[in-house]
Amino acid sequence: MGDKKAICIFVIPAFLVFFLMVILPVLFSLCTSMLKWDGIAKPLFIGFENYKNLLINNTDGFVKSIGNSFVLALLGIFVQLPLAIIFGLLLAKGIKGERFYLTAYFIPVVISTTVIAQLWMMIYNPNYGVLNTTLRALGLESLTREWLGSVKTVLIAVFIPNIWQYIGYHMLLIYSAAKSIPHELYESAIIDGSSWINTTFRITLPLILPTIKVCIIFAVIGAVKIFDIVYILTKGGPVHASEVPGTFMYKAIFEKNLYGYGSAVAIIIVCLCLLLTVTIQKIIKTDEISF
Amino acid sequence: MKITKRLHKSRKDIIKNLNFKNILLKFVLILYAIIQVYPLIWLILFSFKTNSEIFGDNVIGLPKKLMWQNYKDAFFNGNIGLYFTNSLLVSSITIIVSGILAAMVSYAVMRMKWKCSKIVLNIFLLGLMLPNHAALLPLFIIFKNFKILSSYLALILPYIGYSLPMAILILTGFLHTIPADLEEAAFIDGCSVYKVFLLIVMPLLRNAMVTISIFTFLLAWNEFVFAFTFISKNQFKTITAGVLSMVGKYITNWGAIGAGMVIATLPTILVYIFMSSQVQKSLLAGSIKA
Repeated sequence: MGDKKAICIFVIPAFLVFFLMVILPVLFSLCTSMLKWDGIAKPLFIGFENYKNLLINNTDGFVKSIGNSFVLALLGIFVQLPLAIIFGLLLAKGIKGERFYLTAYFIPVVISTTVIAQLWMMIYNPNYGVLNTTLRALGLESLTREWLGSVKTVLIAVFIPNIWQYIGYHMLLIYSAAKSIPHELYESAIIDGSSWINTTFRITLPLILPTIKVCIIFAVIGAVKIFDIVYILTKGGPVHASEVPGTFMYKAIFEKNLYGYGSAVAIIIVCLCLLLTVTIQKIIKTDEISF
Repeated sequence: MKITKRLHKSRKDIIKNLNFKNILLKFVLILYAIIQVYPLIWLILFSFKTNSEIFGDNVIGLPKKLMWQNYKDAFFNGNIGLYFTNSLLVSSITIIVSGILAAMVSYAVMRMKWKCSKIVLNIFLLGLMLPNHAALLPLFIIFKNFKILSSYLALILPYIGYSLPMAILILTGFLHTIPADLEEAAFIDGCSVYKVFLLIVMPLLRNAMVTISIFTFLLAWNEFVFAFTFISKNQFKTITAGVLSMVGKYITNWGAIGAGMVIATLPTILVYIFMSSQVQKSLLAGSIKA
C-alpha cells in the first residue's frame, strides 16, 4: 500500500487548497507586515517599524484594544464559564426535560453573528429598544441610557451578546464531559450520604478538569479573535472605547489602506492565539483520563 | 404515638423542603431557557409587525396583525431570495467538495504507508489554531489579481480551506476506530485503491460525513468577514452580508429587515432542531484537540 501515484491523487488536491487558502496567506502577511505599503505605490521595507509603532510607541492605541480583549477573556473565564459549569452539571445530574433545556440553551450558538448583532442592536436602541422600554415600564427611567453610544457602557454592551451566545457551547462541553463519567465512581459517595455539592467539588470537577481547560482556551482565543459582533455593533467606537484587535486591523487595512501596518496586527493576533494556547496548556496540567 | 407523629411531621418537612428545592431549580432552569430563546422569539414576532409597532407602539407584545407583507418585501425588494440562493449554493458546494477532499486525505493518512503522512496530518491540524485574520488581506489581494473577487469562488475556496482541518480531525479519528479487515479483503480480491475507497471506505464513513457536513454547513452559512469583504456585487452576496446591506438600505422598513433575518436563521435552526444531537456531536468534536 505504498502506491505513490494514488497517494498524490488523494492528498494533493486538499493540500493545495489548504496551503493556498490558510498557510500561504499567513506567510504573505508576515512579509507584508515588514512593509510600508498602501496597496498602490511601491512597497517600502521598514523592518519591525510597524510592530514597534503598535506595541511600544502605541501610536493609535493598539495596546488598549488588546486590553479590551483581555477584559472579554476575563468575562469568559469568570462569568461565562461558571454559569456554563453550573447549568451543565445541573443538567448532567439528570433532570426531567434535560434534552429540552440543553436544546434551548444551545440555540444561540447556531445563529449567525450578523443576526445576533442586529438583534442586540435593537435591544440596546435608546428610543424603542427592549432594554430601555422595559426600564421605563418599570419606572426606572434614570437607568436608561445610550448603551452603545456611551464610552462608559459600550465595552460591556458589545461583550454581553458574545458571552450570551456561547454560554450554551461551553455548557454542552461540560455537560458531555460530566455525562461520560461512569456511575460507579459516584457509588461510594452516595453510600456515604455525600451531598450533591460535595460530590461535585470532590469528584465531578476534578474529573472534568481537562474539559474546563478546553473551555478556558476557547474563551481566551475567542476573545483575541473577536471581530464580527464588535464591528457590526460599533466598529470599535465611540472614540475607540470598544476597539478590539480585529476591528483595529480591519480598519487599518480597509479604511486607511495601511496594508503593512494592518498585517502586523494580523500577525500579532496569530502569535497571541498560538502563544496563549500553549501557555494555558502548560499552566493547567491535566493527565489523560480514560474510564 | 407522639413519636410517630413527630416522625411523620419531620418526614413531611423533608418532602416539602425537597419540593421547594425542586421548584426553585425548575424556576431557574426555565428562566434561563427564556433568556437564551427569547431574543429569537422576539425576532420572529417583530418580523410580523408594522413600522409603527416596532418604533414605539408595541415593542414587546404580540403583533396586532400578521404582516406577511414584510416577508414579501424582504424577498422581492430586499433581494433576500437571491442572497438565500447564493448562500445555499456556496454552502452546498463547500460541504460536498470539502467532504470528499477530507475523506481522501484522511484515508491516505490513516491507511496508506508513506513517509510524510504524520507531517502532512499535523500541517492540516495546525489549521485548527490559525485565526482567519491573517488571511483576509492576502486573499483579498490574490483574488483581486486573479479577478475572482466578487464571485462564488472567492468564498468557496477559503471556506473549503478553513473547514478541512476539522473535517480531517473528525474523519481520521473515525477511521482509527474501524478495522481495515474489509478493505484488506477487497485488496486480496484484486480491487484497486480507488475502488476500495469509493465502494468500501466512503460508505463506512457515512456517519462521520454527516457530522462534518453539519460543521461545514454552520461555518459556511454563518461566515461573515470573508463574505462582507470579498463580495461587493449584490449578485453574489450571501445571506449574512446580505442582511447587513439590507439594514443599510431599508432603514425605513424594519419589519422587512426582521423578516430577512428570520429567513437567514431558519435553515440553521431547522437543521439544529431536527438533528440536535448530531449538531452537538459535530461541535463537540472541535473540543477534542484544542
